[in-house]
Amino acid sequence: MALLDFFKFFGKEENKSKDIAKERLKLVLIHDRANVSPKFLDLIKGDIIKVISNYMEIDETGLDIRLSRIEQEDDNYTSALVANIPIKRMKNIGKNNG
Amino acid sequence: MGEVIVITSGKGGVGKTTTTANIGTALALEGKKVVLIDADIGLRNLDVVMGLENRIVYDLVDVVEGTCRLKQALIRDKRFNGLHLLPAAQTRDKNAVTPAQMQKLCEELKQHFDFILIDCPAGIEQGFKNAIAGADKAVVVTVPEVSAVRDADRIIGLLASNELPNPLLIVNRLRMDMVKRGDMMDIDDTIDILGVDLLGVVPDDEKIIVSSNRGEPAVTEDSSLAGQAYRNIAKRLLGEDVPLMNLQTEETFMDKLRKLFSGKNKKKH
Ligand SMILES: Nc1ncnc2c1ncn2[C@@H]1O[C@H](COP(=O)(O)OP(=O)(O)OP(=O)(O)O)[C@@H](O)[C@H]1O
Ligand SMILES: [Mg+2]
Repeated sequence: MALLDFFKFFGKEENKSKDIAKERLKLVLIHDRANVSPKFLDLIKGDIIKVISNYMEIDETGLDIRLSRIEQEDDNYTSALVANIPIKRMKNIGKNNG
Repeated sequence: MGEVIVITSGKGGVGKTTTTANIGTALALEGKKVVLIDADIGLRNLDVVMGLENRIVYDLVDVVEGTCRLKQALIRDKRFNGLHLLPAAQTRDKNAVTPAQMQKLCEELKQHFDFILIDCPAGIEQGFKNAIAGADKAVVVTVPEVSAVRDADRIIGLLASNELPNPLLIVNRLRMDMVKRGDMMDIDDTIDILGVDLLGVVPDDEKIIVSSNRGEPAVTEDSSLAGQAYRNIAKRLLGEDVPLMNLQTEETFMDKLRKLFSGKNKKKH
């Protein structure tokens, strides 16, 4: 047994296959769950419009929100909710609360 | 008034039929009046797992089509008082039955039995829709593997949109030796991912195969760990608070050594 193997044997088992399984499942389920329910993104969309509208006037027809996969530095992918929200005009709240 | 419970999974071959047979038999052993419905039309199996295949005269399709009376199609299991089987038709397909017909059948059976267990076919098509139509409650069976858990999640979503929210989960074929070395997701992992309540954990047990060879459910076998697990599950369905079985095997010397060196035994400050 090489020294390296020796440490691997006793050391923290890092690449346990069950952890890999769990991570993969979590990611795949994010997409499954969002995709099976078309209402899901619409619900989020509605809520986002509500919140943002308190602060700025937005172009609701140009609003684009979707789930996508983003590549990280370590070559792994993570899921992200990506929203593109065109702003028409800022409201005055920000200014007054300064 | 009885309760209708559908045993479902999404993915095939994870143990729906085994689970239906064993929970049903265990409930009968607890003194309940039980009927098992094989809803897997065209691929019937519950009859052979129960060892009742030679007693079939009429089936589920005969009942809904009115070829026979319901009572004529129910096979009484002479070994277990109160246990009955309504077999699936083997030469028809899933479209021979509609959800409305299943609903009506379940309503009728509820008048006469304490528990009606429905063995659901794999998949999410017509057979699934029929099987869940008359159900009051759903049990989802999965095994601790990525594909089965993913399908279970899909089924849980479909059940929720069909007025069966909060199904109960059974994790089948758990192998403690694999869990221990980190090569199988454990119960907490699985529940955490699926976000449902646990009804029970059934270990992988070769006695399940032996008992299906014989046509005698494993719950009748005292020494079967899986049988014990199913007896516990039946008790939980009856409202008893039965703790999860200890599936832990003895720690080997190598396990201890590994633990010692990986620092898991160290006290946290
Ligand atoms: N706990 C267990 N330990 C060992 N073997 C098991 C266990 N549970 C099920 N099996 C075996 O797995 C196989 C599939 O089980 P079963 O027929 O109950 O699955 P199913 O979900 O009903 O399948 P299908 O989707 O085809 O209807 C059978 O051979 C059965 O004996
Ligand atoms: Mg089956």
